[in-house]
Amino acid sequence: MAEPRSALRPDLAVIADHVARGSRVLDIGCGDGALMAALRAHGCDVRGIEIDPDSVGRCVAQGLSVVQGDADNHLVDYPDGGFDYAVLSQTLQTTARPDRMLEQLLRVGKRAFVSFPNFAQWRTRAALMFGGRMPVTRALPVSWYATANIHHVTVADFRELAQEKGARIEGEWFFSGERRIAARGANIRAEFAVFELGR
Amino acid sequence: MTGDSKICRLSQPLPLDGGSALIDAEIAYQTYGELAADRDNAILVCHALTGDQYLADTHPVTGKPGWWERMVGPGKPIDTSRHFVVCANVIGSCMGSSGPASIAPDGAPYAMRFPVITIRDMVRGLVGLLDALGIERLHAVVGGSMGGMQALSLAANWPERAGRVLVIASTSRHSAQNIAFHELGRQAIMADPNWRQGDYYDCDAQPVAGLAVARMAAHVTYLSEEGLTAKFGRNLQDRPEKSFGFDADFQVESYLRYQGSGFTKRFDANSYLYITRAMDYFDLAEEHGGRLSDAFAGTAARFCLVSFDSDWLYPTSESRHVVHALNAAGAPVSFVELSAPHGHDSFLLEHETLDRVVRGFLDG
Repeated sequence: MAEPRSALRPDLAVIADHVARGSRVLDIGCGDGALMAALRAHGCDVRGIEIDPDSVGRCVAQGLSVVQGDADNHLVDYPDGGFDYAVLSQTLQTTARPDRMLEQLLRVGKRAFVSFPNFAQWRTRAALMFGGRMPVTRALPVSWYATANIHHVTVADFRELAQEKGARIEGEWFFSGERRIAARGANIRAEFAVFELGR
Repeated sequence: MTGDSKICRLSQPLPLDGGSALIDAEIAYQTYGELAADRDNAILVCHALTGDQYLADTHPVTGKPGWWERMVGPGKPIDTSRHFVVCANVIGSCMGSSGPASIAPDGAPYAMRFPVITIRDMVRGLVGLLDALGIERLHAVVGGSMGGMQALSLAANWPERAGRVLVIASTSRHSAQNIAFHELGRQAIMADPNWRQGDYYDCDAQPVAGLAVARMAAHVTYLSEEGLTAKFGRNLQDRPEKSFGFDADFQVESYLRYQGSGFTKRFDANSYLYITRAMDYFDLAEEHGGRLSDAFAGTAARFCLVSFDSDWLYPTSESRHVVHALNAAGAPVSFVELSAPHGHDSFLLEHETLDRVVRGFLDG
């Protein structure tokens, strides 16, 4: 029934496991629709936004409802509280204003899942500290001049932003590669983080 | 000039938005594939302004392939080996359905006595045809351009009649620019002395000059600057240099003249007036109290909209406007803007992603 968990990226697998069955979900930056397909198999009513037209085409071909658009400009078109969950995976750091994005997520969704690469992970720190260069790591594989990540963020930064915006952290998960790691020392140990926010 | 189309005569007068009704309205249509025993595999394809029911077979007047033959057929994105595909000539047109060239009850052609119709009237006629064919609920309604308007109108006004709604290169309302181009065409027709206030059916001289100019102006709006430049540039037509006269020196002039005169062989000038008027009157929000999302309140259908980045006649913003309203109404909707160089006409041309989206949306 559900997609095999191994087929999903670890952050998406966490999200798929924690979205209540039968929820209404908006997946912002849904790519090829892997999370959407998994959530649909959970009986969710799931919609997507995706910037790449070929990816939208592949989603539509799976019977998924996906609107071509970008998170910065087209999320404002969605009504308040229209979804139980808004999902933004690996996209926050590419948006023009991550703070406003967080407001939008919690406007359209009663809850939000956000995943992002943690810029304070030790590999990144080491690359900067000892190399003196913008880090190119497993989690951040693209050089500074070509990366889409225009607003790097750390676990500590994100927690602070969530607090500033009055969002409640309902859950948090941390990963090093594919491996789930403890919350303790996450700001230095985690390559990726997933947060569940409530308002 | 109806070829071998089937004709459905509606048993009830067809009520029209203008307040009158069309008695003994006839709808000419073609079908492809087989209707399943439970009648759940029908797809209605709606045609554009100058289109007709010859969707996927040879046109009886021009001898050319059907207008969407690349999309419709066995194994094609609209797969006639699995679906029963219906395409009907809209009322007001001239390929066998009731229109201004049809004979009125008094034995003379309607001409300008034909009532002004709307997109919703056209769809009301199509719904009458579906009733006659015993199709309660379509698997899908599909349309590009004016066909997309009909698909949206059907979804808004007869929401129980279609499970899927596919709208390509279209809009929920005609813009000032769209109306302006149509008015240009209408004035060209009406300025032709052979138009004779529409009463030209018994005359030898037909208003072909006016109709050709209308078509030429409209044809430019279906293309793009990029497409025209790539196809013609400033190339001269069969001559080494400019003639210092008003012959078709440029290839693009020659092409437009050919398009214009070819069109007059298959289309009725009065039909052009009536159908452009119907398109100009189209404003789906206005029909539903001013809010487009109210037009789709409670719909159970799935929607898919497609636009093309070079289409300046029905630009992406128009499709997004519809998507926004469908989202507000809570309807499941997909939207994709495809890249193609050919302007509005891109929806009729080869496009791999379009094929994948159409197939995927209809089958998924």
